[in-house]
Amino acid sequence: MTSPELMHRSEVAVSVELQTPDMTLNIGPQHPSTHGVLRLVARVDGERIRDVEPVIGYMHRGYEKLAEVRTYAQITALVNRIDWVAGFANEIAFIRAVETLAGIEPTERAQWIRLILSELARISSHLVFMSSYPLELGATTPLFHALRERERVLDLIEGATGGRFHPNFNRVGGVKPAAGGGSTQKKVSSDLPAGFFAGTKLAMDNVLAVCDDIDNLVTGNELIKARTVGVGVIPGDKAIEYGLSGPNLRASGVGFDLRKHEFILPYDEVEFDVAVAEGGDCYDRYVVRLDEIRQSVRIVLQAIDKVPSGPLQAKVPRILKVPQGQAYVRNENPKGEFGYYVISEGGRMPYRLKIRSTSFSNLSILPWILKDQLVPDLVAIMGSLDFVLGDVDR
Amino acid sequence: MSQKRIAFPFPGLFKGMWVTLRTLFRKTPTVFYPDEKEIPVPRARGVISLDTDACTVCMLCARECPDWCIYIEGHKEEVPPAKEGGRVRTRAKLDRFDIDYALCMYCGICVEVCPFDALFWSPEYEYSEHSIAGMLHDKERLTEWLATVPEAPAVES
Amino acid sequence: MTTGLFALDTAIKVVVVLAAMLSGALVVIFAELKIGAHMQHRPGPYYAGGRFGWAQPLADGLKFLQKEDLVPNGADSRVFRAAPYLVVSATLATFVVIPFGPDLVVRDLDLGVFYLLAISSITTLGVLMAGWASANKYSLIGGLRAAAQLIAYELPLLLAAVAVVVQAGTMSLNGIVEAQAETFITVGSFDISVPFLLKGQLIGFAIFMIAAVAELSRIPFDMPIAESELTMGYLTEYSGIRFTMFFLGEYLAIISMAAVAATLYLGGYWAPFVPENLLNAAGPLILGAKVALLVFIIIWIRWTWPRLREDQLQDMAWRWLIPLALANIVIAGIFKVAF
Repeated sequence: MTSPELMHRSEVAVSVELQTPDMTLNIGPQHPSTHGVLRLVARVDGERIRDVEPVIGYMHRGYEKLAEVRTYAQITALVNRIDWVAGFANEIAFIRAVETLAGIEPTERAQWIRLILSELARISSHLVFMSSYPLELGATTPLFHALRERERVLDLIEGATGGRFHPNFNRVGGVKPAAGGGSTQKKVSSDLPAGFFAGTKLAMDNVLAVCDDIDNLVTGNELIKARTVGVGVIPGDKAIEYGLSGPNLRASGVGFDLRKHEFILPYDEVEFDVAVAEGGDCYDRYVVRLDEIRQSVRIVLQAIDKVPSGPLQAKVPRILKVPQGQAYVRNENPKGEFGYYVISEGGRMPYRLKIRSTSFSNLSILPWILKDQLVPDLVAIMGSLDFVLGDVDR
Repeated sequence: MSQKRIAFPFPGLFKGMWVTLRTLFRKTPTVFYPDEKEIPVPRARGVISLDTDACTVCMLCARECPDWCIYIEGHKEEVPPAKEGGRVRTRAKLDRFDIDYALCMYCGICVEVCPFDALFWSPEYEYSEHSIAGMLHDKERLTEWLATVPEAPAVES
Repeated sequence: MTTGLFALDTAIKVVVVLAAMLSGALVVIFAELKIGAHMQHRPGPYYAGGRFGWAQPLADGLKFLQKEDLVPNGADSRVFRAAPYLVVSATLATFVVIPFGPDLVVRDLDLGVFYLLAISSITTLGVLMAGWASANKYSLIGGLRAAAQLIAYELPLLLAAVAVVVQAGTMSLNGIVEAQAETFITVGSFDISVPFLLKGQLIGFAIFMIAAVAELSRIPFDMPIAESELTMGYLTEYSGIRFTMFFLGEYLAIISMAAVAATLYLGGYWAPFVPENLLNAAGPLILGAKVALLVFIIIWIRWTWPRLREDQLQDMAWRWLIPLALANIVIAGIFKVAF
C-alpha cells in the first residue's frame, strides 16, 4: 500500500467508505509474544483479523526419530527437553510406560518423590505463565515477582536432581540422581539431600505469598478484566472437539483432570480440588492456572508428610532389555494431557516412540478462535492458551 | 462470576499500585555477579571431572553418551609379573580422554554407568570460551576439575 | 526595551530553559529506570558511573550517537528523516510559556493555554509521519493507532484546561497561577489560598492527567508502541540519533505535561507561606517538587498497569472523558459564580 495508490483511490471513489485491501501480516516466527518460533500468516483488515494460518515446524528436533536409536536411559535424558518449562513432567509418562512394558514396579518412596517433583514442575510452569501473560497485556511487574519465586522452586529441583530444567531424575523402577555408580558416589545418590523437605515447606510459603501478590496486581485489576473477560470464549463442546486439555479445557467448564482418573502416581492418596471455571474466556484460563498453583502447594505440603522411607529405586538389571509389547501412558502435564506410545520389539531401544504432546493439540484451535478478532486480542488469546513451541514441534 | 465485574471506583487498580509501592522499598534479592556469586548446590551438574587412575578404558561412558561427545583412545601395556615366574599381565592405559562440552547435554549418563568411580560431577560452571575449540576439555583439564568436586553432603534420612 | 536588548534577553532565556529542560529529561529518564527497577524488585542501572548508575542515561545517549544511521530501503526518505525533529521541536516549544517564577518565563503569552495545546498537537503529525514513512507494516499499524489515539485525547485535555481558564478568567499561565494565589477565605489572621485542584477541579484534574498520559503514549495507553505486539510500533525502524530524538521528546513531553498540570491545578510556582519577594528564587524549586510528584505518579502507573486495547481507549475518550469534561466546565462555571 503506497501513498500515491491510496490518494488515487480516495479521489476516484466519491463514497464515504474508504475501500482498503486486506493486508497480509506475518506474525512471527520472530516475535515477542508467540512463545517461541510460531508463524501466523494473518489476513488483516485494519485491526481485525480475517483469517489466520499457523505455520509450525520451525523447532522440529526429531524426537521420535532420535528415540529409535537411543536406549531407554538415553531417551529419559532427552525427553525433558520437550516442554522445557516443566521438565520433570515430561519424563513421568515415559518412564511409567517403560515400567509397564518391563513389568517393574517402582518403589513407594520413588512414587511419592515423583509426585512432589511433578507438582513442583506444575508450579514452575504456571509461574512462567503468570509472568509472561500479564507481560503480553502490558503489565511488566508480575514477571519479576513470579520468576523470583520460581527460582526457589528451581533451586529445590536442582538440589534434588542436579539440574534446574532438565532433571533426568527418573529411572526404570524409581528415581536416582545422575551421580556415579562407584562406591563413594553411591552414598551420595542414595537419597534426597538433607533439608529438602524443610526447604520445600519454606518455598511453598513463598509461592503462596507471591500468589497473593499476583492476585492483587493482576486478578483484581480492572484493566486486565477489560482486556480478558469475554475475549476468546471457547465453549466446552468446542474445546473437547479440538482436543484441548489441561487448564484450557477446565476453564471451559469441563472438569476433566487425569490426576483424578488415572493413577500413575499416588494422587488418590492426597486431597485436592480440581480448578474449574465456567466461562471459557481468557480470564478464566488465567484464574484456573492461579488456582492450580494453590492446589499444587496443597498437594506438596500433604505429600511431604506422607513420603514413606525406603529405597529410591527397585532392583533393575544393569542392561535393561524391555520385552516385546506396546504401552500408551498419559500424564496430566501442566499444559494438559501428555502421552507416550512406546512400541518395543525386545531389546535396549524402542522400535517406535510416539509423543502425544499437549501444545500441538491446544494449538489446533487457533484458526477457529482467532477469526474476526482484533490484533491485540490475538496476543491475549494466544498467551492464554499457554503453549510452548518445543512441545508443539517436538 | 461477580469476580469478573468492573466496579466504578476501580479498587483493583489501586491494590496493584499498593503492591508496587511496597516493593519499591524492599531490598532487592539480586546477586551482583561477578562481584558476588551464588554457591551452587553440591549436586549441581556443572562439569564432569576425570580420575585417570581409576579409569580402565572400558569405553562404557563413550558408548552410553546420547550425544557421543566423549572421545577415548587407549592401548594395552604389558606389566611385569607380580611374582617370580608368574604370567605377564596386561593393563589398559589411557591415551586420550576428551569431553566436548559444546555437545555435552549434562545428562550424567556417563557418570552413572562408570563402574570404577572414575567420573565425578562438579558444580563448577565458569568455563566459557571465546572459541568453540576451547570447549573440548582434554585429559589434563578434566583432571584439574577433580579438585572442585565437593564432599559428599548428607542425605535425607 | 529596544529590539536588540529584547532579542538578547529572549535568547538567553531560551538557552537557559532549553538546557534546564534537557538535563531535566535526563533526570526523568534516570528516575524512570531506577524507580521502575525497584518497583520490580531489581536494582536497575548499577555500573555506569558508580554505585547508583547515575551516568546510565549519558552512557545510553553516547551509545546512540555512535550508531549507524539506517533508513529502510522502501522508506520515504525525507519524511522519515524529518519526523523526529518535528516531535522534539514541538515539545520544546511548549516550554516557552511555562512560568517557573513570577518573572521567570520566556514569554508570558496572553494566549498561554491555547498556544500550549496547539503546539503540542504538532507531535501527532510527527508520529504519523514516522509510522507511514517506515515502510514496515508493524510501524504502519502503530502509526495509525497513534494518530487515532492522540487526536481522540486532545479533546479531554483541552476541555479540562478550559474549565481552569473559566475559573481563572485568563489564558495566560502566569495569570492562572496568580488566580490560585489569590486569597480564597480569611481565617483569623491567615489568608488561605486554594489551588484549583481543591476549588472544584478534582474531576478536571483526573481527566487532565488521564488525557496527558494518553497524549504521551505511555502505559496504560501505549497501544501505538505496544512492545509485546508491535516490537516498538512506529518507532521500530528508527536507530541512532533519530531514536534519541524520539526518546528525548517523550521525556521532555512528560516534564511538559506535568509542569502544565502542576501550573493549572496545583498552583505552579506558588506555595503557601512563601513571601512574594522570594518567589522568584524559590519558584523553580516549588514547581520542581510538584512536577516530581506528578512524574512519580506517571512512572508508578506505567510500571503497574497493563495496556488498554485500542477500541477501549477510544471508547473511554469519546464516551466517558468528553462528557465528563463538559460537565466539569459547568461545575467550574458554578464555582466561579458562587465563590
